[in-house]
Amino acid sequence: MATVAAVIASTHHPFYYRASTATGADRPPFADEWVAKIEAFRETLTKARPDILVMVGSDHFHQLWLDNMPQFLVGKAPYFDANWYNEEREFGLPRMRLAGDEQLASHILRNGLDAGFDLAFSNELRIDHSITCPIITLRPDADLPIVPIYTNIFAPPLPRPGRFVELGRTIRRLVESWPIDKRVAIIGTGHLSLELGGPRQFGEHGPDPEFDRKAVEWIAGGDLEGCLSEVTLDSLHLPGNATHGFMDFLLMMGVAGAGAKADHVDSLDLFHTMEAYFTWYPNGVPS
Amino acid sequence: MSKYLLNKFLYTVDRDPELVERYRSDAAGTVEWWEQELANQVLNCVVAEQSTWLAFTDAERKALREHDHVALFELGAHPFLTLTLFIAMFERDHGPLEYQKAYGQALQHHSLPYPDIAT
Repeated sequence: MATVAAVIASTHHPFYYRASTATGADRPPFADEWVAKIEAFRETLTKARPDILVMVGSDHFHQLWLDNMPQFLVGKAPYFDANWYNEEREFGLPRMRLAGDEQLASHILRNGLDAGFDLAFSNELRIDHSITCPIITLRPDADLPIVPIYTNIFAPPLPRPGRFVELGRTIRRLVESWPIDKRVAIIGTGHLSLELGGPRQFGEHGPDPEFDRKAVEWIAGGDLEGCLSEVTLDSLHLPGNATHGFMDFLLMMGVAGAGAKADHVDSLDLFHTMEAYFTWYPNGVPS
Repeated sequence: MSKYLLNKFLYTVDRDPELVERYRSDAAGTVEWWEQELANQVLNCVVAEQSTWLAFTDAERKALREHDHVALFELGAHPFLTLTLFIAMFERDHGPLEYQKAYGQALQHHSLPYPDIAT
């Protein structure tokens, strides 16, 4: 049976790649602190010695579009090309190619359907920065096969928060029921408070630092009950118009399990949004 | 309201470097050409399969012709699409984050709830 070697949740700030590789006058003042936090975060995955990465992210209207919009989609392909022209343009992200694990993708699709999730699938999925940013931060060698799982946090009507939690629980069960002796890390990225294209965008901090403080506490402590008592599809408009990406953190809390305290918790208050990083080890902290 | 079509315009232009420059330098001409030639083109299909009914309202056409991101926000265009395309067209004319902050400043008269972006 497969082992869940680590559960990892983080933000996916697309400026990290550029900030961390910049030199001289181009290097922003927060770059060194940011890199140090990312390197410590990366070590939490390295220590888990994963064979495969299940990666949860949200497409940003790159390949998924309003003419045929899935709510949850699993990529099942031998390879995934990555990053798009407008991400090179805006964030300086490199083109990438990642190997896929079709066997695990098939297992998740078959059993996910049977578990009540009408998962869409794609045999030619070009992935974007919600999945490549955690590759860049956590596994820059990009040497492990992935199974990408995309969620719709962008195009209303959206699934409600509880649905994301339940999908997370289901993904955990599906990985643990895969009859192959591999170590699987489940990695997902979302947002804390965030505003894009609205009056509160690009401030000195995320648009709602109080929400961010509570969100970090909920995630770090696995406080699903407390979180779901305050967070609804409607309430997520309040901390910023792009905060529905927080539901991917809720999904990862579902993967980690109610009450599961994270083994690694870190954050960085940047302009525009707060960065946050969490790692759980379901089978104990690796030595 | 044809929010879907507004978004389709922003989406198809944003992903094509030539169209980004064309829309930057000739907004009115690009909008007119796009509505005539591409509005009804079903994405990823041959031309023979195109739709027959998609068109902008006058207000939508005007907002796109005038690069009016405030009006597009009020019309319910998806703010991620508008922002990313407009950064591509206009950030180059400004200092670091200057354009993005001015963009938000121009929307300061809006408070919650923002216009509905559901299509």
